[in-house]
Amino acid sequence: MQKIIEASDISKRFGETQALKDISFSVNESEIFGFIGPDGAGKTTLFRIITTLLLPDDGEMKVLGMDSKTEFKELRKNIGYMPGRFSLYQDLSVEENLNFYATVFGTTVKENYDLISDIYSHIEPFKKRLAGNLSGGMKQKLALSCALIHKPKLLVLDEPTTGVDAVSRSEFWEMLKKLKQYKITIIVSTPYMDEAMRCDRVALIQNGKILSIDNPEKIKQGYSRKLFSAKAPEKYKLIDALRKYPETITAYPFGDSVHVTFTGDKYDSSIYTYLGKLGINDAVISVTEAGIEDRFLELMNKAE
Amino acid sequence: MRTILYLIRKEFLQIFRDKFISKAIIGVPIVQMLLLVPAITFEIKDIRLCVIDMDISADSRALINQLEGSTFFKIKYSTFSEEKANNLMHRNKCDVVLQIPSEFGKNVGTGNPGKVLATINAINATTAQLSWAYLNGVLRDYNKNILLENAGDMAVSSIPQIDITNRYWYNELLNYKYYMLPGILGILVTAIGFLLAGLNLVKEKEVGTIEQINVTPVRKYHFIIAKMVPFLIIGLVDLSLGLIIGKITFNIPFEGSLGLLFLASAIFLVAVLGLALFISTFSSTQQQYMFVAFFFMIIFILMSGIFTPLESMPMWAQRFDIVNPMAYLMRINRMVMLKGSTIHDISRDIYALVIIAVVFTFFAVSRYRKTA
Repeated sequence: MQKIIEASDISKRFGETQALKDISFSVNESEIFGFIGPDGAGKTTLFRIITTLLLPDDGEMKVLGMDSKTEFKELRKNIGYMPGRFSLYQDLSVEENLNFYATVFGTTVKENYDLISDIYSHIEPFKKRLAGNLSGGMKQKLALSCALIHKPKLLVLDEPTTGVDAVSRSEFWEMLKKLKQYKITIIVSTPYMDEAMRCDRVALIQNGKILSIDNPEKIKQGYSRKLFSAKAPEKYKLIDALRKYPETITAYPFGDSVHVTFTGDKYDSSIYTYLGKLGINDAVISVTEAGIEDRFLELMNKAE
Repeated sequence: MRTILYLIRKEFLQIFRDKFISKAIIGVPIVQMLLLVPAITFEIKDIRLCVIDMDISADSRALINQLEGSTFFKIKYSTFSEEKANNLMHRNKCDVVLQIPSEFGKNVGTGNPGKVLATINAINATTAQLSWAYLNGVLRDYNKNILLENAGDMAVSSIPQIDITNRYWYNELLNYKYYMLPGILGILVTAIGFLLAGLNLVKEKEVGTIEQINVTPVRKYHFIIAKMVPFLIIGLVDLSLGLIIGKITFNIPFEGSLGLLFLASAIFLVAVLGLALFISTFSSTQQQYMFVAFFFMIIFILMSGIFTPLESMPMWAQRFDIVNPMAYLMRINRMVMLKGSTIHDISRDIYALVIIAVVFTFFAVSRYRKTA
């Protein structure tokens, strides 16, 4: 299978900050490839290099078989990019924005309408409205339509769901899945762990380095310890207590519970006595399955 | 080509959709012309005079009368105390103090030179010089009269003298409006080109829309041209508006070719737009751009010769004006409008403007980077 992106030893430095360090990965055709990592991990920098907006200090970036440094002209015709910040013209209407980007890419809305019809139909009733007056979810759909209007081979989405409500987020991922049938490869970054599970493969990225690349299920399974879930009405008191408990290795908040690991991957009833002494009498501890977030935190701790 | 046209269309769409800018484009030239043209004048009338007449003779009275008779002077104060007169000057109650000593009439009568002392407020050097020139003129006339009176009939014709009659060419009545208007037209065009275009590009950076444009196959020079053309057109529309107002309100003479004036302004606009876009590639916020653009605009305008003649500026300043597009436009506008110069007369200025326009635009295109 043809590799859509082949990055080898990409490094980028901004003054004192090492934004990316020796990043290597490859993306297959028609894949949804996710980059998961906290703010400042280097996701946007990496995406700007992929989209030819930024030159790496070191390393080679091959996108669609072309060198992003030298063949950027040809490359730009085949990439659709949706920056993290809404970057369409707020003072142009929905329709005008779409027409504008179609023309700039030398095509027409009509020509590629079936590609975007699924997405665009949601906002078409508002096509005369100025883009600046759209809601967050509609802005996102318009941005996706504009990024797709020239039928790119590669779609680059930088945190597309940040600041969008849960329903729109879910809808958005459904749309991305449908794009697979057009053989469009998608790379997407997100700070949300639940979205990682919707990707074909994910790369966990932190401090400019890739910690792990695999399909989300495998990444989850890579979790090395036995994980326990602890619950008590006073969650923060519980975390505090668990972290001070001598047998605890890690304790992180997870939803309304706390994910804990212990030395020897087991605990005994003495923990209830310990918690009781601290005034936490109604704690419940049970075995739980590790999620991708747990694995990520584990990898992050190892890296540090 | 289709892309450029579409890019230009998009710019116009945005400009006209901005309610404030679209009104300002029409409002600014009207206000600027109606306000600045009549307001800026170098004409000085009613210079406030304080006379210390220590002589109180027929001769001193005659001199004072002559001063009072001229349109330039107004005798505001009359005193016998030098201290009082100085005080008036300090309190900015008078501009010139004329002191006539007690021996004045006697000296004139006996054939000794009569002496007077003029003290002039020189806070404003231009006014001071003009005041002195006017005062000198009145004194000269007075002097001539004394000579004629004392010479009697015997030798009026034998006193050698030169009788000067002058004519002001190209502006017969020394109407300062005619002098200022071509200059104000230049400022008008500069403001549109320099501020609007530069801010427009920086705004795209600030809002982030440029990110999206940069990943498209749009070429650098397409993008820059599309940013220039709308403001070039707006600049020329404003120029026409300014000319119409000049004709209707001030009945400004227009001796030369209208086409030549527009051609020069168009080349000038390209130069200014090139520089504006060049500066905007360095700035990341509109605030930064405004600050730098203002700096350039002030220098260009004040050194352009709009208020002070270029020839009287120091040599280094005149050399600087080789790269000041405003200096060329100022000259061209006045020459074409007041003198009726043809393209042959001003070809050197036109060539210089073309070179500046090409260089600045080249700077802008090559500085604009789609890849960081």
